[in-house]
Amino acid sequence: MNKFLENLFLPPQASTHAKAVDDVFIFVTWVNIVFFLIVTFAAVYFSIKYKRRHANERTPHVTHNLKLELFWSIVPLFIVMIIFFWGFQSYMVGRVAPNDSFEVQATAKKWLWAFEYPDGTRSINELHVPFGRPVRVVLSSEDVLHAFFLKDFRVKSDVLPNRYTEVWFEATKPGEYVLQCTEYCGKDHSKMRGKVFVDSKADYERFIADGPADWKTMPPAELGKMTYEQAGCVSCHSIDGTKGQGPSWKGIYGQTHQFVDGSSQVVDENYIRQSIENPQGKILKGFEGIMPTYQGLLREKQINGVIAYIKSLK
Amino acid sequence: MSSQVITADHEAHAHGHDPNLQHHFAEMEQQFECSKIGMWLFLATEVLLFGGLFVGYGLMQGQHSEAFKSAHHHLDWRLGALNTIVLLISSFTMVMAVWSAQTSNQKALVRNLALTIGCACTFMVVKFFEYSHKYHEGLLPGAFYSYTGPHQNAEFVFFSFYFMMTGLHGIHVTAGIVVLTYLLIQARKGAYNSSYFTPIDLTGLYWHLVDLIWIYLFPLFYLIS
Amino acid sequence: MANATTTTTQTRIGTAPPPHLNYLTENNTLKAWLTTVDHKRLGLMYLGAVMSFFFIAGALALLLRLELLTPKQDFMDSATYNKVFTLHGAIMVFLFIIPSVPAALGNFVLPLMLGAKDVAFPRLNLASFYVYCTGAVMALAAIILGGVDTGWTFYTPYSTTTDGPVGLMAMAVFVLGFSSIFTGINFVATVHKLRAPGMGWFQLPLFVWGIYATALIQVLATPVLGITAVLMVMERAFHIGIFDARLGGDPVLFQHFFWFYSHPAVYIMILPGMAIISEIIPAFSKKTMFGYRAIAFSSVSIAFIGFLVWGHHMFTSGQSDLASAIFAFLTYLVAIPSGIKIWNWLATMYQGSIDMRTPMLYAMSFLILFAIGGLTGLYLGAISVDIHLHDTYFVVAHFHYVMMGGTVIAFIGGIHYWWPKMFGKMYNERLASIACWIVFIGFNVTFLNQFMMGSQGMPRRYWTYLPEFQKYHIGSTIGSWILGFGLVMAAGVLLASLRKKEYDAGDNPWGSRTMEWETISPPITHNFEGQPVLRHGPYDFRVEPTPATVAGGRHSG
Repeated sequence: MNKFLENLFLPPQASTHAKAVDDVFIFVTWVNIVFFLIVTFAAVYFSIKYKRRHANERTPHVTHNLKLELFWSIVPLFIVMIIFFWGFQSYMVGRVAPNDSFEVQATAKKWLWAFEYPDGTRSINELHVPFGRPVRVVLSSEDVLHAFFLKDFRVKSDVLPNRYTEVWFEATKPGEYVLQCTEYCGKDHSKMRGKVFVDSKADYERFIADGPADWKTMPPAELGKMTYEQAGCVSCHSIDGTKGQGPSWKGIYGQTHQFVDGSSQVVDENYIRQSIENPQGKILKGFEGIMPTYQGLLREKQINGVIAYIKSLK
Repeated sequence: MSSQVITADHEAHAHGHDPNLQHHFAEMEQQFECSKIGMWLFLATEVLLFGGLFVGYGLMQGQHSEAFKSAHHHLDWRLGALNTIVLLISSFTMVMAVWSAQTSNQKALVRNLALTIGCACTFMVVKFFEYSHKYHEGLLPGAFYSYTGPHQNAEFVFFSFYFMMTGLHGIHVTAGIVVLTYLLIQARKGAYNSSYFTPIDLTGLYWHLVDLIWIYLFPLFYLIS
Repeated sequence: MANATTTTTQTRIGTAPPPHLNYLTENNTLKAWLTTVDHKRLGLMYLGAVMSFFFIAGALALLLRLELLTPKQDFMDSATYNKVFTLHGAIMVFLFIIPSVPAALGNFVLPLMLGAKDVAFPRLNLASFYVYCTGAVMALAAIILGGVDTGWTFYTPYSTTTDGPVGLMAMAVFVLGFSSIFTGINFVATVHKLRAPGMGWFQLPLFVWGIYATALIQVLATPVLGITAVLMVMERAFHIGIFDARLGGDPVLFQHFFWFYSHPAVYIMILPGMAIISEIIPAFSKKTMFGYRAIAFSSVSIAFIGFLVWGHHMFTSGQSDLASAIFAFLTYLVAIPSGIKIWNWLATMYQGSIDMRTPMLYAMSFLILFAIGGLTGLYLGAISVDIHLHDTYFVVAHFHYVMMGGTVIAFIGGIHYWWPKMFGKMYNERLASIACWIVFIGFNVTFLNQFMMGSQGMPRRYWTYLPEFQKYHIGSTIGSWILGFGLVMAAGVLLASLRKKEYDAGDNPWGSRTMEWETISPPITHNFEGQPVLRHGPYDFRVEPTPATVAGGRHSG
C-alpha cells in the first residue's frame, strides 16, 4: 500500500536522501487519510442519522465534556509533534555535504543555469556528475531570486544574488534527471529547465573530453567566442584593435608577427595553437611574456573554435 | 390585521442630552471610553508601522556598524537635542490643554493648543534646516546620494533610513499640526468643555506617541557611537 | 419629520407581512447611500464590491486554467500569463478575501448580534469603505497601465527591478491596508463597548469571537504590510538599498517583512469563515454549541500563535536551521486549536436535530474541504518534506483548499444564512442546494489532483510544463468550468430572490437564538426599537426563540 501511495504521489527515489523524505511523506499521508475519514464519516453519518424529523424536536443540552476535549487535543498534539521531530530530523541529516563531495558551481541568471566544473569547464543547462560520489552544488544568482529543484533527488534551495547557498545529493543510479527553477523569476521562469546527467565513469570521461552536448552543434567560431569570453582571453586581448596586455586579435590571421628574439612567423593555425599551449615560447615584440599556459585547460574543440574565431576577426 | 408601520425615530435631539452624544451610544461616558479604545488601537498600528522601520534599521546597523558610526557625525546632535526638548515641551503643553478642557478653561485651552502648535512648527523649522544642510552635502536618500567621502557606500544606507524614518515622523508631526489647528479653531468657538473634550484627549494621546517615537529616533540617529 | 410612532409587530414565520420602512427603503436616494453611516448599507456595498472582484479574479483563473490545457502556448504568451496569475492572486487576496467576511457580513451582522444600533465609529466605517474604493481604483489603474508580473508576493529583487506599475500596485495595497485597519479598530471597540445589557463575553455569539480575534490581527499585522509596501516603493524609486544585495541590503529581509503580515493575514481569512460555521451548525442542529469556551479561546490562540509562524514560508530561502525549526514547531501548535474546532462542531451535530438546508450544506462542505486543507498543511510543516513540496502545485492545492474550500465556502454559506435577514426574501432552496453540490464537486475536481501534481514535481507559476503533467492539468481545467458554473449559479439564485415583491422570509426562518434574529427582516434603520436585553444564551435551544418585538418600550432617545 505504501508503495502504491509513493508511486501515486512521488517521483522515483533517485538519491540516497529521497527515502528518508518519502517515509515522512507516507506517514503524514496515513495521518491525513485516517483523520479525513473520521471527519467525513462523522459529518455524513450524523447528517443522516440525526436528520430533523419534525419541527419541534428537542435536543440534549450538552455544553462540554472536559475529558473528551482533552483527549482530542492531546492525541493530535502528540501526533503532530512526531511529524515535527521526524520532519526536522530527516532535514538535518541531509544538511551537510560529505567531505569528499564532487563540487560544482551553479550560477542562475534569467533564464538559464550555468555550471562550472572543478577543471574550469563550463556548461549551460546541463550538469554532468560522476555516479558513485556525493555531489555538492554551490549556488548563486547573477540577478533575481531563483531556486534549484531536483524533484527526483528531493533537493531544493533558493538561489540568491551576492550570497552562496548549496544543495548536495548522491544519486542511487545513473541516468538523466530534470532540473527546474522553482522561484518565480520573470518571463521565462517556466522554461528555466535543465538536465542533470549522472554519468557512469566512461560517460563522464567522455563528457570531460568532448565537452557539453551543445558544443557539438555550435559553429566553431561561436564556440571560440564563448571560450574567448569564459576562459579569460578577453582580459588581455581585444577584438577591435586596441592594444591590451596582449595583442589584439583583430585581423591578425595571415599577418607576420615579429618576436623579441628577432625571429618572425606568419599567424596561422599552428601559431595560434602554440601560443595557447606554450605562450612563453615566442614572445611578440612590444609585449611582455606574461600569458599563462592553457595546456590541458582547453579541449580540442575549444582550441579549434578559438582558431576559427580569430580567423573570423577581419 | 391592520397594517402596522414601524418608523425610525430621529427625534433624539429634541430630548435633553448632550448634542455631542451620538445615536448609537447610551451615555457620554460610554462614548468617551469607546473613543479611547479606538485611539489606543490606532496608536498600536502606528507603533507597528514605525516598528518595521526600526527593525530594518537595526539589521542594517548590525551589518554596517562602522559606516553607521561614521555617518552619524554628519548629524548635528545639538539640533537633535533642541528638537527633543521642543517636543517634550509640546507634550507638556498638550497635557495642559487636556487639563484645561477638562476644567472648562477655554482661555487656557486655546493658549495651550497654540503653544503646542508653536512647538511643533519650531520642530519642523529645525528639521528644515537640517535637511537643507544634508541637501548641500549630497547626503540624500538612495539614488540622490551624491556625497563622496569615506564609507560612502554603506553610509548611504544610513541616510536612506534617516530620511525615511525622520521623514515619516515629520509627516506625522505635520498631520498633528493640522489636527491641532482645527482643534484650536473649534476651541475658540467654545466646542470643548468638561462634559465633552474627547477630541483634545485623543489628539493628546496621538501627540504623546509622536513625541515618544522621536525620543527613540534621536539616540538611534544622533547619538550612536 | 413625522411624529415617532413605535408599535409592536409580531410576525409569524412563513407569513408575508406588508412592506415596512426599513434600512433599504428609508431615505433611498443615491446620495443617502453614498454618504450612509449605516453599518447595514455599508455591509451591502462591501458585499457587492467584494463579490464583483471575486468574479473578476475568478475569470482570470479560468483563463489561466484554459492556457494550461496544453504545455504549449494556447492563446497567452508567458509574459501575459505571468501578469494574469499575479492579478488573480492580488485581487483575490487584497480586494476580495481579506475584506470579505469582516467588511461584508461582519459589518451587517455584528451590531445586530450585539443588540447595538451601529458599530462604534460609523463615520470611520464609511471612511473605511471609501479607502477601499480608492485602493481598488489604484489597483485597477495599475492593471490598465500594463499590469504587474511579480506574483502577489512581490519578492525582491524581481519586484524592485522589473518594469511596470509595481509601485502603484504596492501603494494600492498600502491604501487597502488602511481600510482593513479601520474595520479592525471599529470592531474591537464595538465588541468592547456596545454589547447589550446582560451580554458578557461568554454570552457572545461565536461569530463575534471570531470577528473580534480577526479584528485584532487586522490592527496589529496590517501596518507591517503597509511599511513593507512603502519600503518596496522606496527601493524601486530611490534605490535605498535595504533589499538590494549589491548595496548592502538583503532580499530575504523582504520575505520576513512580507510574511510577518501575510501569515497572520491567512488567519484574517479563515477565522471569520470558522466563525460563520460556528453560527450555522448549532442553528441547523438545533443544539447548543459543544465546547463554547474552547471555540472562543481557540480563535484567540490561533490569532496569537499565527503571528509567530511566518518563517514556514521560507524553509528554502537560506534562513538558519534554528529559525526553521522554531517556525516549524510553532506551526504544528497552531494546528491544534483548528482541530479542536472541528471536533466541537461534529460533537454539536451529534444527537442534534439536523436541518440540511443550503447554509448547512455549505457548512458540511466546509468541514470536509477545510479538513483536507488543514491536514495537507501537516506535510508542509515537516521541513524535509516541505523542501520537496515548496513552490509546487501541492502548496497551490493546500491554500486553495483552506482559502476557497474554507473561507469562500463559509462566506457563501453565511450569505445564504443571513440573506433572509438582509433582504427579507428567501431564495429558491432547491436550486441553491444544487448549486452548492456543483461547487463542491467542481472544486474537488479542480484542486484535488493538484496535490499529486505538486508532489510529483510540478512547480507553481509555470506557464509551460513537462508533458507528464498534462493529464493532471486537463482534469483540473475541466473542474474549473464546473466550479465556475456552480458559483455563477449560486449567485444567480440569490440575486433572483430579490425580484420578489414581498418580504416572504420571515424574521427568523432558521429558528436561531442569536440576537440579530430578534428584529424584523429586513431590519429598520436603527436595528431595534429601544435597547434589547439579553434573555438567553446564543445557542440555548431549551427556550423558544425571542420574536421580533419592541424592547424596552417607547424609544426615549
